[in-house]
Amino acid sequence: MASFAQFGNELYSGKRSYDIVGRRRRWFMISAVLLLLSVVLLLTRGLNPGIEFRGGSEFMISGTAITDQQPAHDALAEVAPTQEARVSTVGTNAVRVQTEELTDEETTELRELLAEAYEVDVNDVTASFVGPTWGQSVTNKALRGLVIFLVLVTVVMALYFRRWTMAAGALVALLHDLVITVGLYAGVGFEVTPATVIGFLTILGYSLYDTVVVFDKVRENTEGVLDQSRYTYAEAANLAVNQTLVRSINTSVLAVLPVASILFVGAFLLGAGTLRDIALALFIGMIVSTASSVFIAAPVEVALRGRNPAVREHTEKVMAARERRAAEAAASGEDPEAALADARPGGLVAGAHLGQRAQPRRKRQRR
Amino acid sequence: MRPWRTLALLITLVAVVFGTLAAGVRWSDASWTPNLALDLEGGTQIILEPQVEGGGQLTASDIDQAIEVIRQRVDSSGVAEAEITSQGGQNIVVALPGQPDESTLDLVRRSAQTRFRVLLAEGAPEPVDPAMLTPEDGSDGTDGTEDADGTDDPVVGGEGTEEPDTAEPGGDVTEVPTDGTEGTTDGAGLPGTGVGGATSMARPLEPTEPTDEDATGTEGEDAGEEATEEPSTTAPQDLEEAAFQLADADGDGELSDEPATEPTSASDQAWVTEQVAFDFYVLDCTDPANRIGGGGDDPDAPLVTCAQDGTAKYILGPAELEGTDIASATSGLRTNDQGQVLNDYAVYLDFTAEGGRIFNEVTTRLATLTGTGQNRFAIVLDTLVISAPQVEEAIPNGEASITGSPGNGFTQQEAATLANQLSFGALPINFTVQSEEQISATLGSEQLQRGLLAGLIGLLLVVLYSLLQYRGLALITVLSLVVAGALTFGVIAVLSWLQGYRLSLPGVAGLIVAIGITADSFVVYFERIRDEVREGRRLDAAVDQGWKRARRTILASDAVNLLAAVVLYFLAVGGVRGFAFTLGLTTIIDLVVVFLFTHPTMQLLVRTRFYGGGHRFSGLDPEHLGASAAPAYRGRGSFRSPAEREARGGTIAERRAAAARAAAADRDDADGGDADDLVGTGNTAKEDR
Repeated sequence: MASFAQFGNELYSGKRSYDIVGRRRRWFMISAVLLLLSVVLLLTRGLNPGIEFRGGSEFMISGTAITDQQPAHDALAEVAPTQEARVSTVGTNAVRVQTEELTDEETTELRELLAEAYEVDVNDVTASFVGPTWGQSVTNKALRGLVIFLVLVTVVMALYFRRWTMAAGALVALLHDLVITVGLYAGVGFEVTPATVIGFLTILGYSLYDTVVVFDKVRENTEGVLDQSRYTYAEAANLAVNQTLVRSINTSVLAVLPVASILFVGAFLLGAGTLRDIALALFIGMIVSTASSVFIAAPVEVALRGRNPAVREHTEKVMAARERRAAEAAASGEDPEAALADARPGGLVAGAHLGQRAQPRRKRQRR
Repeated sequence: MRPWRTLALLITLVAVVFGTLAAGVRWSDASWTPNLALDLEGGTQIILEPQVEGGGQLTASDIDQAIEVIRQRVDSSGVAEAEITSQGGQNIVVALPGQPDESTLDLVRRSAQTRFRVLLAEGAPEPVDPAMLTPEDGSDGTDGTEDADGTDDPVVGGEGTEEPDTAEPGGDVTEVPTDGTEGTTDGAGLPGTGVGGATSMARPLEPTEPTDEDATGTEGEDAGEEATEEPSTTAPQDLEEAAFQLADADGDGELSDEPATEPTSASDQAWVTEQVAFDFYVLDCTDPANRIGGGGDDPDAPLVTCAQDGTAKYILGPAELEGTDIASATSGLRTNDQGQVLNDYAVYLDFTAEGGRIFNEVTTRLATLTGTGQNRFAIVLDTLVISAPQVEEAIPNGEASITGSPGNGFTQQEAATLANQLSFGALPINFTVQSEEQISATLGSEQLQRGLLAGLIGLLLVVLYSLLQYRGLALITVLSLVVAGALTFGVIAVLSWLQGYRLSLPGVAGLIVAIGITADSFVVYFERIRDEVREGRRLDAAVDQGWKRARRTILASDAVNLLAAVVLYFLAVGGVRGFAFTLGLTTIIDLVVVFLFTHPTMQLLVRTRFYGGGHRFSGLDPEHLGASAAPAYRGRGSFRSPAEREARGGTIAERRAAAARAAAADRDDADGGDADDLVGTGNTAKEDR
């Protein structure tokens, strides 16, 4: 795939550059639309919490000789086709079927169907209400943990990057990812199970992880950016985003491939319905996270950083210097465009002296 | 810097993991495969039915509270994901994965109610010795001596106000009965049984009859007197007869169940009726069967019971406080008045407002009983006494601490256990086990197989994609993933043996996702190497420099994941906790693999001709990566484009090299000699610097 490597080369050298940071208004508009869509989906369709969160109906079939799970799935499919039953055998001759809460008619109907399918008397099928396994207290504790985590991670990032703007950018991207993931999930209308919640939590970690990788390059590129006058902070950050673009694409493809495989091959072709919830949450979340690290986190960071007086002053200085050089070039009859085209960010940071490492080496002797 | 050494470290690590596992399989009950969670393997389902006393009504919040307590108990035993739910708004259904052992089942089945009762009498654990019966009328002076053993008992003190100043060897704490030397302390040791068996069997076994036993008429035949040193070997009927005689205070041949006088408070010895005394005499606490506990004790009646460790038996008054009156119980190192941290542990109790008020009343009353040795209460869990601290003064602020006795303080373990029992022990309702059955997996095995198959297909796609992108480097990616997979498998198997970790379906999904996160470390690393090559570095230098930069990024981004894992693990419960565990585990393994495998392997491979020479399919071909794409510096702040450079025949060094090659070729033609290869491994790199 020579063209892709070539693409990477050009992105790296700055020959090909996408003005991602500069066109931030466009990305912010797109993400605002997506966010709005997500919120609307959340409000209109809403999340559909599963039996683990709000309880449901439980049917106990006792004294049956058949302990297969399939008849129960088939019976439920007749009564409520959208639901996924949780079926398990209890002891040696009983089957437990858990479903979402059913109406009285549905309950009666399912009881009869189950009795028929398992060849027992209707009276041997008892129905009762079962409470949530994932109660409010579990949710509360998870939320408390999340809040503490977010506070800690903000502090850690602010300390690591030595700039609060980066922590803020990462948090904005994180919230953006979560809202969109949850919103689109609600749009698809899958039931929310504990696995889904785990998926959302994974996205939380993944989004931050991905943003940190991009920001680390931004940090590297913008080190000492104020000490020169060839390019602005925004340009250096934009180059960093471009330089990590190939990595972002490769990483997201590598991470999404197994998830997509579970979602499409597993859930739709093979019919493994139980993994589709977490796979969908991860599928949406990973794509959104990678995109937001590039299109939201970095531009937000640059926008915030641009408010810093030192950075603003520096940007003005660079612009003034450019105008001067263009004018000089024009005066001496050269093409002003060409004179400015040289202003490639990066590559000008003074490195350490390499000493003898810079010398050609004798070919290593075979040992 | 020494790749082989680093690889050796990795091999050692893998060997340790699998060696531990092998040892576990060989000599213990480990298995080669990880244990599976409820959804994949099934387990045991226990249905608990609440027992409503006196026709009271159960509220939903009672059930919720009970579920939470059971969840805490189960979670504290490991990371196994249990499912706890209510059924029909009444019963509680607890499903535990696999074949839980007895102690785990006990955690659930234990009806466990914590109650605070006043201690009325304490005795040696053995039943009364009939030989003792010869009515030598024990109105002898043993009554006041029960404190002889006071040295090794817990002490309760007002939190923060004044801690028992046991740091000084004055030992006033041991001098319970009469004198006022306790002035410096607010707590003092009295007989009782500490958690970890603080009461030693070796002490003089003196069943301590209440000092004012005459008030109840339970009689002065003192059951104690050194006589009961050894467990009684007498036939039971003899024993009962003896006990009967002892207990039958008024000699009417019947055991009265009514207090002789109307008890004025829970500390009133009138609670010790003839029946109670008889039970007390007969009770054999050395027999484990009598120490099972089980709850269901009547809070309004006196209780005859054993210490949990079987080192003493007690007559206790009616319950004063319930476990639900405790807001929290923690353990920690003790500090004395000066704020110095002492070298022993204490349990700190925090009562609810209502509990604090009652506790104040109780301690006020008990403090006045100091002289009689009745200033103790017993903490009863499941009808067994887990601690019987004494009270020296009223504790008004609802905060108390229990400390060990001087010279025999709590160990950290003891204090933590007691704190745990106090905070998790309290269930608001009593439950009986209605049924206990095996339950199958909720997910069919074919579902799991399909999921895994899909995961495998995904893995194959990952390999294909990295082959396409990184060509020869894909070898490192695949090998690293294999190492990561093997390590993960081994660690999970070891942890499911040692920690009770169980793999659920979301856990499996989490591991599949981890492939992506692990692969990202390689992507970051490879891309950094390529960047350095593009900057014009030689390949071996690019690997070193690229690693330095990639390392920072990998560490920073993994630190975020690790932070998430640690915070969620310690703060969340249930499924979220399991997730945090998996996340932390895979993150650490990612770091281990990148540092100990990927980087050293890369260092080694770059020495080979195929990789180091930048072969077309190695993924490191500098030409392919556009090493010449970077512009060269012309001086005066401007650059030459590659095309410009090309036109002039490359850099000076390149032109010289070309000339040398040409010359060598000429010489070769001339004499067939070999040119001295000075260019080295990076011979194709066009150095711009």
